[in-house]
Amino acid sequence: MSYEVVGITVLWTFLFGYLIVASIDFGAGFFSFYSVLTRREHRLHNIIQRYLSPVWEVTNVFLIFFVVGLVGFFPESAYYYGTALLVPGSLVIVLLALRGAYYAYNTYGSSKSNNIWYMGIYGATGLLIPAALSTILAISEGGIILEEDGRVILDWLQFFANPYTWSVILLAIVSVLYISAMFLAFYAGKAEDHSAFEILRGYALMWSGPTILASVFAFFQINRQNPEHFRNMLGISWMFIASFICFLWAVYYLWKRMKLGYAFILVMLQFGFAWYGYGRSHLPYILFEQVNIYEHFTNETMAIALIAAFVAGLFILIPSLILLMRLFLFDAKYVRGSSPKKG
Amino acid sequence: MSSLDSVTLSRILTGLTLIVHINFASVGVGVPLMIALAEWRGIRTGDPHYTLLARRWARGFVISVAVGVVTGTAIGLQLSLLWPTFMRVAGQATALPLFMETFAFFIEAIFLGIYLYTWERFKRPMLHLLLLIPVAIGSSTSAFFITSLNAFMNTPQGFTLENGVFTNIQPLVAMFNPATPTKVSHVLASSYTVSAGLLAGIAAFSLIRGRKHAYFKKSLKLTVTATLVFAISTAIIGDFSGKFLAKYQPEKLAAGEWHFETMKQAPLLYGGVLGENNEVKYAIKIPYALSILAGNSPNTTVIGLDEFPQDEQPPLLIHYLFDLMVTIGALLVLIPILYLFRRRLPGKQKGYPKWLLVAILALGPLAFIANELGWMFTEFGRQPWIIRGYMKVADAATTSTSVAPMLLLFVVLYIVLCASCLKVLAKLFRNKDVMEEMKELGIEGGKIS
Repeated sequence: MSYEVVGITVLWTFLFGYLIVASIDFGAGFFSFYSVLTRREHRLHNIIQRYLSPVWEVTNVFLIFFVVGLVGFFPESAYYYGTALLVPGSLVIVLLALRGAYYAYNTYGSSKSNNIWYMGIYGATGLLIPAALSTILAISEGGIILEEDGRVILDWLQFFANPYTWSVILLAIVSVLYISAMFLAFYAGKAEDHSAFEILRGYALMWSGPTILASVFAFFQINRQNPEHFRNMLGISWMFIASFICFLWAVYYLWKRMKLGYAFILVMLQFGFAWYGYGRSHLPYILFEQVNIYEHFTNETMAIALIAAFVAGLFILIPSLILLMRLFLFDAKYVRGSSPKKG
Repeated sequence: MSSLDSVTLSRILTGLTLIVHINFASVGVGVPLMIALAEWRGIRTGDPHYTLLARRWARGFVISVAVGVVTGTAIGLQLSLLWPTFMRVAGQATALPLFMETFAFFIEAIFLGIYLYTWERFKRPMLHLLLLIPVAIGSSTSAFFITSLNAFMNTPQGFTLENGVFTNIQPLVAMFNPATPTKVSHVLASSYTVSAGLLAGIAAFSLIRGRKHAYFKKSLKLTVTATLVFAISTAIIGDFSGKFLAKYQPEKLAAGEWHFETMKQAPLLYGGVLGENNEVKYAIKIPYALSILAGNSPNTTVIGLDEFPQDEQPPLLIHYLFDLMVTIGALLVLIPILYLFRRRLPGKQKGYPKWLLVAILALGPLAFIANELGWMFTEFGRQPWIIRGYMKVADAATTSTSVAPMLLLFVVLYIVLCASCLKVLAKLFRNKDVMEEMKELGIEGGKIS
């Protein structure tokens, strides 16, 4: 594999990591808020809180890692995306800031009862952020970032009039709710919290249909937006078929209330196949016809340094993540809530 | 014109984000060390007061970390959004420290999460304390990487510039540039000072309000002593930084000291105002001091501003920033010394004199202000360059015309974030009183029951 491909694979993998952990987080925020609204918080809120509290900060880092790595490996993308995305990027920062801060305020700061305002901000941003972030996928298909007289601009009309933009927004929102409900159902099952499990199982089943419909819709919208990309996707259509099989399999397990851990792994595989299939067929472009992984790669010395730093970083990161998961995800006592919560 | 405007606006917005972020970042670097110190003392002496102290600090710390994380995310993304041309060119040489910083951030985030939720999960308290080591290492190394990037912008090296493109890149040479050692150590030491000073101020506040429990006195002693040690180290490293500037960035030192002509036996100006035609009025003039500051000898030649073209000189107002920072730095050493010698002060009395407590209360705000002033000095001091000698700020900013509304948006965001953060912190400590918490834990009187 060339350095270029290694670089983009690393970044794409971290973005996939973000997709999974952030979806759980975003969806959980929404469900948590919804449970307070419908006065079911006593059944859902605790289980969500117990999972989220130790990991929320880590979620943020995945996104930063991707952005920093993208600029490092492909400095040109900073120029195009950076200039064009000033407004949407700033809005995402504001949403992320409100979400992060108010989560901490609610969890660690406020007195025992949940502050409905904090929860509201948390729930609303949980759907707005994925919607906003996903539009970058639509932009990356080309035709929206234009260069005129040496200046980079974002064509807002194109952006909003484009059905593909709306199809990815829709897909992002429903997948967030689906991934999150699937994970939380597994987590509730592990905690032997049956009433929470039943509610979450209902959510997961409810969102599974829209998720697959939105995926198919977005899949065919790419054809209208960027036929070249679509042809590439058809060339590796087995990945998308595999994704669909994983989806059916996961829903089957959940329906039967069995093997919930495997069900969630299948959810990850479902999105993994679709994600890597989409990414692979997008290559060699990072921004269609403007930023190309081969022509706009960083210099070779920096590429080697970045990859070396990455490998070294993984040696610390992976054991730490495993420790985190063992303590909070796979520690039966903690999951059931019998060990003390916070200091 | 519109491009020029977005340069100014981008500078203001970046400055604003950094001004907010630096406060939380310094706390993020320094407070884990203080928590570790308290918890370690608690374990070593078996005194549960220190353990409680560590716990209460940790609780407030999470809130500030949250705001630190989100403002840090903001600056991380704003670098590309507001300075796309800079990132395109400099990304070739400087991606490494930014990239490694995210790993450090990962480690800090992971272990902080674990630390906060495992107070009672380990049988040996020492194991829990050990979790703070990766937190402190994570936050300090992330400060190291990010500061080394800033140092690169001040003393760039590790590349050659050919037709506007960086070639022959040596990432490690770029990272370990001449500014890195002094800058990183000054940043670390001042972050520790800020954090210790802040916590000392909180302890003093409780005592001023008439709370006399031993818990507060122990807290005061620990934090004020730490402030003294850190403030002295900051001052010593600050002296090295001055020598560094004289050698590598003479225009910054010259502008900061209003030193217009190159000469030996250069005097140091303290205070004063600048009249028309750069006449200095009302300044205290200390003979030879600038030469001694620059090179330890009165005969050191100090390069003056006259050796730089007009359009490459930093703004002269940085003199005020520098003097104020140094003055506050001196206070940060002096106040803790007064505390240590309080029993020998004239007008001897038992306990703590009120004025001394008020002075200690001021340590926190003073340290934050000095920190901000120092950063402003260093950042304004490299104007007009974004990468000194290679790229001017005016050529690096975004060409977007939407910076103004974004600036407004972020002003509102930061006001909301800071105000709510202070409110939540105040409420957090008011809701759970120390005395009640001690009763709950059964450690009233400082003995384990």
